[in-house]
Amino acid sequence: MGYGMIPMLLAADKEVDFSIHHLLPYKFMGQTVYITTSHVCMFIVIAFIMVFAVIARKKIMHADEIPTGFQNVIEFAVETLQGFVNSSMGTHGKKFMNYVGTLFLFVLLSNISGLFGLRPPTADYGTTFSLALITFVMIQYNNVKYNKFGAVTDLFQPLWFLFPINLIGEIATPVSMSLRLFGNVMAGTVMMALYYGLLPIFAKVGIPAALHVYFDLFSGAIQAYVFAMLTMVFVTQKIEG
Amino acid sequence: MSNITNEGLILACSTIGAGLAMIAGIGPGVGQGYAAGQGAAAVGRNPGAKGDIMSTMLLGQAVAETTGLYGLVVALLLMYGNPMLAKFLKL
Repeated sequence: MGYGMIPMLLAADKEVDFSIHHLLPYKFMGQTVYITTSHVCMFIVIAFIMVFAVIARKKIMHADEIPTGFQNVIEFAVETLQGFVNSSMGTHGKKFMNYVGTLFLFVLLSNISGLFGLRPPTADYGTTFSLALITFVMIQYNNVKYNKFGAVTDLFQPLWFLFPINLIGEIATPVSMSLRLFGNVMAGTVMMALYYGLLPIFAKVGIPAALHVYFDLFSGAIQAYVFAMLTMVFVTQKIEG
Repeated sequence: MSNITNEGLILACSTIGAGLAMIAGIGPGVGQGYAAGQGAAAVGRNPGAKGDIMSTMLLGQAVAETTGLYGLVVALLLMYGNPMLAKFLKL
């Protein structure tokens, strides 16, 4: 049983196991913290993306006039991402293409990693909140950059005494974004763990495939899309507002 | 009744609270269903704009889902984070 300072979801049963495990303790600023399964799984996801990126770069450096095979796949992916960013950000899309593309790929592969037996890194509130904080900083940076002093006066619109509510509205953005991603992926992880942990052996043949398609592939892809989309919507709102 | 320990009572009430927190699932269910119905109607009226309608609908549904997920997070916290028990044991 975990009390108090121990992070949430560590106290699950042995059979139904969807908790974050401590692997390696180390000292950080006087406190004992742990390398957890989230770190390891995130490292695997990042390593996969990096290897893919290096291979893709090598292939594109020696690109053919008429694309074939792997080059086709890379070009299709890049064009799809470009269309996705440009359609929702318009003329501002070019500057944010790199960030949104990276974010989308990372969140997508993190969500899907449950399919390969990893514990999705996005089912850890630390991961999703950091991602949402990056988005929050980007939103506010662009707010100040494009609206100058209007970033402050906007908080007093339409009436001055609505300032606290506007302030809460700004701060709620990263909280709701991170909780949405975390909640969705966590729900999928819990459901799969319950299914594998509580049912007899004959129910675990064949049927989980359909559940994996829904909880890992479909839900994960939708949430990655929504996270990237909301980032773009909020930033565009500030730039044009 | 006298053989129920304080910790046991807190755990039982936390679990009941987790169940009650999941009532929050009703709202997003209604909202998402309504959005999907309107989306289907829109595709029926204008099949050419299916892509735009789909993406708008999914975005709206994902935002509507948030309140339900707050309920889920509260339920998970009550069941596996045991904040009330920690509070009781510290006092």
